[in-house]
This record gives sequence, C-alpha cells and structure tokens, in this order.
Amino acid sequence: MAIFVDDKTKVVYQGLTGSQGRFYGLLNRDYGTQVVAGTNPKKAGTDVDGIPVYATVAHAVEATGATASCIFIPAPGVKDAVMEAAEGGVKLIVAITEGVPAHDEAWFYNKLKRDFPDVQLLGPNCPGIISPGRANIGITAGHIAKAPVPGRPNVGIVSRSGTLTYQALYELKLNDIGVTTCVGIGGDPVPGTSFIDCLQAFEADPDTKAVMMIGEIGGSAEEEAAAFIADKMSKPVVSYIAGVTAPPGKKMGHAGAIVSGGKGTAAAKQEALQAAGVRIGQNPTEAGTLMVEVVGDL
Amino acid sequence: MDLFEYQGKQFFASYGIPMSPGEAASTVDAAVAAAERIGYPVVVKAQVQVGGRGKAGGIKLANDAAEVRTHAGNILGMDIKGHTVEIVWIELASDIAEEYYASFTLDRSAKKHLGLLSAQGGVEIEAVAETDPDAIAKIWIDPVDGLTEDAARAWVAAAKLNPAATAGTVDILRKLYTAYTEGDADLTEINPLILKPTGEVHALDAKVTLDGNSEFRHPDYAQYDATQVRDEREQAAHEKGLQYVGLDGYVGVIANGAGLAMSTVDIVNQVGGQPANFLDIGGGANADVMAGALEVITNDHNVRSIFINIFGGITKGDEVANGIITAMGRVEITVPIVIRLDGTNADEGRALLEPHLSNMLQLRPTMVEAAEAVVAAAGAGN
Repeated sequence: MAIFVDDKTKVVYQGLTGSQGRFYGLLNRDYGTQVVAGTNPKKAGTDVDGIPVYATVAHAVEATGATASCIFIPAPGVKDAVMEAAEGGVKLIVAITEGVPAHDEAWFYNKLKRDFPDVQLLGPNCPGIISPGRANIGITAGHIAKAPVPGRPNVGIVSRSGTLTYQALYELKLNDIGVTTCVGIGGDPVPGTSFIDCLQAFEADPDTKAVMMIGEIGGSAEEEAAAFIADKMSKPVVSYIAGVTAPPGKKMGHAGAIVSGGKGTAAAKQEALQAAGVRIGQNPTEAGTLMVEVVGDL
Repeated sequence: MDLFEYQGKQFFASYGIPMSPGEAASTVDAAVAAAERIGYPVVVKAQVQVGGRGKAGGIKLANDAAEVRTHAGNILGMDIKGHTVEIVWIELASDIAEEYYASFTLDRSAKKHLGLLSAQGGVEIEAVAETDPDAIAKIWIDPVDGLTEDAARAWVAAAKLNPAATAGTVDILRKLYTAYTEGDADLTEINPLILKPTGEVHALDAKVTLDGNSEFRHPDYAQYDATQVRDEREQAAHEKGLQYVGLDGYVGVIANGAGLAMSTVDIVNQVGGQPANFLDIGGGANADVMAGALEVITNDHNVRSIFINIFGGITKGDEVANGIITAMGRVEITVPIVIRLDGTNADEGRALLEPHLSNMLQLRPTMVEAAEAVVAAAGAGN
C-alpha cells in the first residue's frame, strides 16, 4: 500500500507540451506511472511521444479516466490550472511550479476547500510525490528511492524541501529501508497539503510503520504537526529541521522559510516535536541513523 | 520586497487611502522646495527600513524653510542603525487626536488573511500583543469572500475606537484590504492610523512588503526591486539570479536546493565553523551557474574556504563535476574548496574530480566529513 498515489493512479500532465512538462512527464512514464494524457488548448489532438493531448483537463478525464493531474504550467497560469483540474474532475492535483503569488495560493486553497472538498492539492512549489515501485509524479529521481519490502517495516517520508527529500530517500536507501510513499509538500506559505494531512494518511496506511518528517524554519506547520503526533499518532516519527542557524528576517530560498518576529525558529520546532515524542536528528544523516534504530526496534 | 515609507505612501495613495500631502526628496534644496509647495509646518522624516528612527533624531518638525534646511541637512546622510539616510519624506504636519493601528497579513496557520486593528497605535504592535492582547481586534478573512462592509463594521466596533472614527476607519480598512490583495502584498500596515481633532481619519505611516512572485502582473514593481536594501554580496548574487543570503562567517557555502543549502549552513555551524553565506544554485548546477556562484563567494573577502554540497537527483553527478571543473578554470580561486557530491551518478562525478584533487580541492564522502574538512581548511588558510 501507499498513500495518495499508486500504480492505479492515472495522471494528466497540464503543460506536457512544454519543455519541463515533457521532460518529467516522460521520465515519470518511464518509471511506471500511468501518464495517460496532457493538456494544451492549442494542441488538442496531437500527442507527446504517444501520450494524447487534450484541450482541457475535463476532456482528458472524459477520454482517459485520469484521476490525478500534475501541473507544469508557468506561475502566472497556475491559479487557473488548479481550478481547471478540480473542475475537470481529478481528485489529486500536484502543482510543481514555483514562484506562484501567495495571494493566488491562499485563494485557490480556500476555493478548493469550499467547492471541491474531496480534492487533494499538493504544492505548489513542491517536488511531487513518489510511491516507490508504483508511481512517481513530479521531479523526484525515481532510482534514489527504495521500494517497500514485503514483510519488513517500511517508512513514509514527508518533507517541505526538495533536495532534502532526495537526501532523506537516499539515506534510507543506503540503510536498506523501503519507502511506501514520499510526499514533498513544498516550501511555500500556503501549501495545499500539510504535514498533518500526510501524517494522518501514513497513520492509516497499514504498510507504513514509521514516518520521517523533514521540516524547515518559518510558519508553524511543524508545531501543528507535533500536536497531531502527540494526540493521534501511534507510529514512531523521526524528524530533521533545516535552518537552525538561519538569521531572522531573511527568506532562505523558499518563500515560506523565514524567521519573523521571533517565530518559526528551528529550535522552537524541535522542542515541540521532541515533546511529542519525535526523535530529532541534527542533520539528515543523523535522522537516517535514528530511523535505522527505530525500524530495528519494530 | 520591503518598501520605504515614501514608496508605501505612494502605493497607498494609488488605492485612495487618505494621507497628508507629502513628497520625497534626496537633497536639502529639493526638501526645501517640497516644503514650500506643501506649506508649513512640515515633518521631515528619514527614509530607512529600520525601526527607531524617531529616537535616533530622524523625524523633525519644521515651521519654515530655514528649519527644513537645517533638519534635512542633518538627516540626509545620517546613519541609523547601520542604514544611511538617502531620502527624506516631507509631509504636512498633522494634528493628532488619537492614534490607532491597522494591518493585513497572511495567517499561514489558518490559511486565511488576518486583519489586526487596535485603539492603541503609534507603538509596536508586538508590545501591545504582549501587555494587552485584548486591545487588538482580529479578523480572519476568507480570500474568496474578501472583506465585506458588514464584516469591517463589526471588526471596527470590536476594536472600540472612538465612535467619531468609525466611518473613516471602515473606509480606510476596506481600501487597505484592496491594496493588500490587488497589490499582492505580504503586509500592509498603518501605524499610526490617526483620528484628527477635525474628525477625519488618515494614514500617518505606511509599511508595505510586496510579494516578489507577483511581479509578472505588476511590472511597475521593478522600481521597488531596484531600491531594495542589500549588502554588496547580495546585490551581486541577485544580479546573477542566485538565491543568496549574506552571513557573518568565513566558510562560503554553495548547495543545490534551499533545504540542502540551509542544512549545509547548519552543519558548518555544528562542526564549529561559521558560514559566510547561504547560496542555493537550484537544480541546474551547470558550469555557468557554478562559475557565477564561485564569483559571488570569492568576492567576499571574509571567505577562507568553500563548501560545495551537491545532491544529484535528476541532475547527474558527472554533469555537476564537469560544471565545477569548468567553472574553476574560469574563476580565480585562492581559497581551498571541499566538495561533497552524492546521489545520481555520484561515482562517475567523483572519478572526474579525482585527477584535480589537492589541498586546494578536496572531496569528502559525507556532509559531516566535508563540513569538518572545510572548517579545518579555513583555519589552515589563516
């Protein structure tokens, strides 16, 4: 099992005809993902390496039964693309694009909650989601992820950062630990999917035995996750928080990674997580080592 | 992007928010000319993006041209907490009956917009929040609905302002919300929002932070980008399109991805070193990007060693290694470099680097070992 996506997920790529969309869409297909369609209103009826292109997500869903969409549309078009996907009938929207204005994100987050409550948005500004061995939607390099091993304790990953997500996958692979699903929720101020959404899904997934959570400075998502873990989670969680030494008031690459008004520090996040029983690694490698211990005790 | 007060006021004015007439000036003569047009008395206000300018002598009342000349002369060029005053704002002085506070920001936790309104203005809102939290009336606004007139009225009533200020405040708050949303601001703040003895309400200050991601629909924001306060290193990196934050240490840091770059800064600290910067080169890591990054880092004379930390995902390790080797041929580097290269095709990448290795170019298998080596190399180079 896995969360959110598996080998049955059929994906339409919005922006498949663009250079990024084509590159990652075909890579994802090579990985085994069911890449069933692309969209481009000007190129309907054509194909990208055999993948049919439709004018809209609605047409693609009708023709192919797509259940998820992956957005590689440039930032100015993301708001419309998200709504087109929801109105088109997919249940999962993975928005890879970075640089989307925060007001657009706040608007479509609330619009989806209100009008499409059963649609799960992941991102924007995220690396995507991979259920190793089953499906890969987004820009993660599939081969650095180890597929879950039947009969052994497998782990779920949720992360706010792209390269640290890869680092986490890699650390677990080096330690021969399989991954059920790895979700990159992205580093923007209003992520469609939160840590809690993922922790809840991992808690419910019988094949996931422990969770690696990679956070970073800014906002209070980690503190909220800590409260959820303390109240609702039976599975062990290992965490690493990036930006321990980040200076206040500076955006550390991600729009959401900023310590402001004394809030959002890594220390406060570590403290909250520790109080919830989470084991904290001081760097990604240490988090990997801690996970080896956790899995060994299961 | 943080705006100066004069830019924030011009931004507010474009949304119809009432304010006293004012003009920006960068010379004493221009300040006097502005005051003559506006009429007396005027306030001469230092334009710096740091608090406490009043206490530092950066805000003065002037009753005639001679006083404007004196104050503008003193304030222009003044250093306020490390910020040099290059522009003064000349504004018609206002009579103040009461001072309030109003702002809009995004509440990341609630994922809604948050409005704050308080009858206790003119002081730092953080201080009010600590000493008298009930004095701040809060409203959470669903971006899909916006701020309705009814909601604004109820919010103003909850803040218990002088009833004489109600109508004017409701009007300003709705305009301020429009400026916040249509203007793609991260923050719009008026502190103080004043009630005049004559009963009008207007903005006496303007604090605005704009979302740089929205520039595609606000081409005029390029003017604000041009006046951002950056140190020299940050400006050079910005011009190369690199994500760079200057720090105070001596170990230059280059990494791909914001999270890994933050993590690299952390780990340099953890092993006893002091990072000189945060630098995210993004996914590419080709020779051009790497050369640009090395140029920015080596221009910082505090840098005594450089840590290049790359995790290959889609970007392959051999391509990264070639990028580094080519870049090193193009940029003169006098300090030792330590590389950690992992992920996709890392073995091929390391093999390519092998013939170039020396004391000046070292390779380490893990982040921790590389951090230790780069900190040691910084010491040895001293």
